[in-house]
Amino acid sequence: MTSFTKPLIRRKNEPTNELGLVRSDYDGAMSTLCAGCGHDGVTASMARAFFELSIEPHRAVKVSGIGCSSKTTAYFLRESHGINTVHGRMPSVATGAIAANHELAYIGVSGDGDSLSIGLGQFVHAMRRNVNMLYMLENNGVYGLTKGQFSAAADMGSTAKKGAVNELPAIDPVALALSLGATFVARGFSGDREQLVPLIKAGLKHKGFGLIDVISPCVSFNDHKGSTKSYEHTYKYYNPAIHADYVPPTAQIKADYNAGDIMPIELHDGGQITLRKLENGYDPRDRAAAVNKLFESSQSDEIITGLLYINEDQKDMHEMARMEDRPLNAIPYEELNPGAAKLKEIQKGFR
Amino acid sequence: MSAKTDNLRVNDFTIKVGNVNGTGSASANALLMKIIFRMGVPVVGKNIFPSNIQGLPTWYEIRVTEKGYRGRSGDVDLMVAMNPESYKRDLEELSPGGILLYDDTWPRPHFLTRTDITVIGVPLARMCNAAFKVARSRILMKNVAYVGAVAALLDLDLDIIHTLLREMFAAKPKLVDLNLQAIALGYDYAKQNFGNVSKLKVEARDLTSDKVMMDGNTTAGLGCVYGGATFGAWYPITPSTSLMDAFVKYCKDLRVNPETGKHKYCITQAEDELAAAGMIIGAAWNGARCFTPTSGPGISLMSEFIGFAYYAEVPMVLFDIQRTGPSTGMPTRTQQCDIQLCAYASHGDTKHILLFPSDPSECFDMAVNALDLAERFQTPVFVLSDIDIGMNDWMIDELTWDDNYLPDRGKVLSSEDLKDMDKFYRYLDTDGDHIPYRTLPGEDPKGAYFTRGSGHNKYGGYTEDGAEYKEVVDRLVSKWASAADKVPAPVISTASKPAQGKVKFAIISIGSCDGAVVEARDKLETEGVYLNYMRVRGFPFSAEVKDFIDAHDQIFVIEQNRDAQLYGLLLGEIDVPREKLIPVLHYSGEPLDYKFVHNALSKELKTRRQVA
Ligand SMILES: Cc1ncc(C[n+]2csc(CCOP(=O)(O)OP(=O)(O)O)c2C)c(N)n1
Ligand code: SF4
Ligand SMILES: [Mg+2]
Repeated sequence: MTSFTKPLIRRKNEPTNELGLVRSDYDGAMSTLCAGCGHDGVTASMARAFFELSIEPHRAVKVSGIGCSSKTTAYFLRESHGINTVHGRMPSVATGAIAANHELAYIGVSGDGDSLSIGLGQFVHAMRRNVNMLYMLENNGVYGLTKGQFSAAADMGSTAKKGAVNELPAIDPVALALSLGATFVARGFSGDREQLVPLIKAGLKHKGFGLIDVISPCVSFNDHKGSTKSYEHTYKYYNPAIHADYVPPTAQIKADYNAGDIMPIELHDGGQITLRKLENGYDPRDRAAAVNKLFESSQSDEIITGLLYINEDQKDMHEMARMEDRPLNAIPYEELNPGAAKLKEIQKGFR
Repeated sequence: MSAKTDNLRVNDFTIKVGNVNGTGSASANALLMKIIFRMGVPVVGKNIFPSNIQGLPTWYEIRVTEKGYRGRSGDVDLMVAMNPESYKRDLEELSPGGILLYDDTWPRPHFLTRTDITVIGVPLARMCNAAFKVARSRILMKNVAYVGAVAALLDLDLDIIHTLLREMFAAKPKLVDLNLQAIALGYDYAKQNFGNVSKLKVEARDLTSDKVMMDGNTTAGLGCVYGGATFGAWYPITPSTSLMDAFVKYCKDLRVNPETGKHKYCITQAEDELAAAGMIIGAAWNGARCFTPTSGPGISLMSEFIGFAYYAEVPMVLFDIQRTGPSTGMPTRTQQCDIQLCAYASHGDTKHILLFPSDPSECFDMAVNALDLAERFQTPVFVLSDIDIGMNDWMIDELTWDDNYLPDRGKVLSSEDLKDMDKFYRYLDTDGDHIPYRTLPGEDPKGAYFTRGSGHNKYGGYTEDGAEYKEVVDRLVSKWASAADKVPAPVISTASKPAQGKVKFAIISIGSCDGAVVEARDKLETEGVYLNYMRVRGFPFSAEVKDFIDAHDQIFVIEQNRDAQLYGLLLGEIDVPREKLIPVLHYSGEPLDYKFVHNALSKELKTRRQVA
């Protein structure tokens, strides 16, 4: 089997973005995932988010690990560089890439297996470093690509297709991210693009590490009765609690929101995220409140989604490393070479 | 017990200090070695230390060698026994006719059991306890006091000692006085009581004025700065840590904008070696020069990523400062035990470019070579140093730099280049040199491609087609082979006379074996044995390596590991008859000494000549 190229079909009157590109300019190769796989929905949402943000495709970078989810970086943004790394190690490659050039928009795609078992170490350390990227964790509770073993995200009591019951506690990436101080923590659902696309846009515009844990059902191995990551289960317990919209710096920001209903959050680029459907008093800049909310909702079996926590004030990796504004890969060698005379001088200390 | 001037041993002997680690002995020994170096006499220093922070035996050897030999002598002529725990062993190790200096605050009559040595007792602890009040200074100054005593025995230059101490403690003048006082204690006592005992003397020469004393990790770190690396990722592991320490130091000194405080570099302490490998892959893929220093255990962890970089063709520079394995092994002892590991690191068919420095000077040069080669060949490149090179101070020629150097950034297409192209395909060998062009993210929509470790065809597309797969991996091995004449050439040294006898013997060796091999070979020449010698410096092996083997009948392959890894690599990669190569193996973890090589070769030569 070789790769398929998606036919480029241009329709008349297709809407264009600020760059004059149409939505399909943000497509990639044809997906080879199972029909109905949640991941394809996420791919479409990512493509749409980049389109709506009018990001030049070649100024975006896609990074992924290994798994069905991680394959999807080939299925959108064909004019972006992508790197499909090794299992569980996408965060380190992203970290190095971002260190070399912080000016591009970085999106990481991973799965629950890729991030929460083999890759748990790299996942948490990228959050600690506040690497400026959006990390999409496409969560289906199983290892899809290796045919349906439980992942560490499988809920206690959830059953496998053949009936085995998971007795181990789940690792909740959102809880993990909150405890580690990730600076943008959200949960979404592949089946709700309405909510997901704006979340992705906000996450891309956030400076620092953004996590979106996306419930993304695996139709082949984890969509049966008894699974807590099936479409049916997710729709049943789904609570789109907090809706985030990204408003670019250029747009007129309408100030007609009522406190307790809409909350604006200023971004470093001058844009804004406006949050809707907030409960009275819930402030997503309050980490303790976010943690509380998360645990309360999980106790009532509710799947709370939306932007749960945001912190725009934290330094990102680039700032913490005190790097210049110019990307490292753009500094000419003349500025890096100390020269022969300096070498002589240095060696005086070794006599 | 007075020494006659006619049997003095001037500038050719070895001092060994046995001590307890964590007592400040390292700086005392460095001082001692520097004094001799400043007197213009070549020195070799070897630190044989434990994997421990405080309390275990540690040794330091200083060889004084007017001839400028670079290996260990295999003898100990002056033993400074400061550690009661290792007294017995230290006493045994002293060569006949040697001097034993010990702290006789507590007399040790059993030292007198050896009649073939001279025993010198200096009450170091007693004198220091009387002179210094603070407990910690009493311990530290005891070490400085033995430097004073040794200085008296060897006639070291007191002015130089004073100058050095003033330089060392420029920021803390109080310490200068304290140290000078301790030097005087040892010096005066030894002069008064043993003024004429020592036959070992240091006489000033002018043999070190264009030399420096540096360790290979410092020079490699400095090489990365000069080579233009802007990113480094690492996870601490002895003995590679000091390489990153050096890079950090020189970046801080040379790469910080004094006005803004902003850095022209980024150094990340990763969560483990897997992450360090991933980070440098990400940075290199994105166009930054970068590297990671590690040791054997780190290479093991990085293996999956190394295969990825090999197959996806991402530049990667790794320094493996080898230490004694397997597993944690003896982490502060030296070996050349990762040659095969690095040559074929990772699963699947993988072959890598290796560079083998033999001293800190080559570490500097090869750091730059490695950065160039990795980008030229778009592949992992390993610099295989070891503890001996990396952590010992070596006397080397002053490092030099060519201001005309420009980095070889390899085949990277700019937006401009892409304009004239119909379509860009990542893995197409358009130039017939097996090296495809790459593009950097962010440059141009036309340059976009998908980097994958999964099966891909020459266009960069996913494939599970056997023929398409083979086409790419066949090119990869040709690309690797074509590096043979781009890695540093072997150093071939022809014997001063042609080989005698029917069988033409020769030597092949590698890395830090060099000093001992050169000296053993000199010694053999004085005995009428003439051997050509080739030191390999890179892998894949160049044509010269095969020619050298073809030109000789029997070749000793001298290396520091149990399993004859270089020997295996030669046999596996070059078409030569197995019987030609004779492994000579040293793997105790201590740096190789010339006596070992001389003895091993003499024995082998004797039996083989009888057979021949
Ligand atoms: C080192 C290594 N071990 C095991 C595998 C096999 N493997 C491939 S994908 C995968 C699990 C992927 O699960 P997840 O990240 O949840 O992705 P999904 O397929 O569910 O989207 C495993 C175990 C591998 N590729 N590499
Ligand atoms: S196996 Fe599951 S996760 Fe993988 S493509 Fe099919 S539905 Fe998606
Ligand atoms: Mg999964």
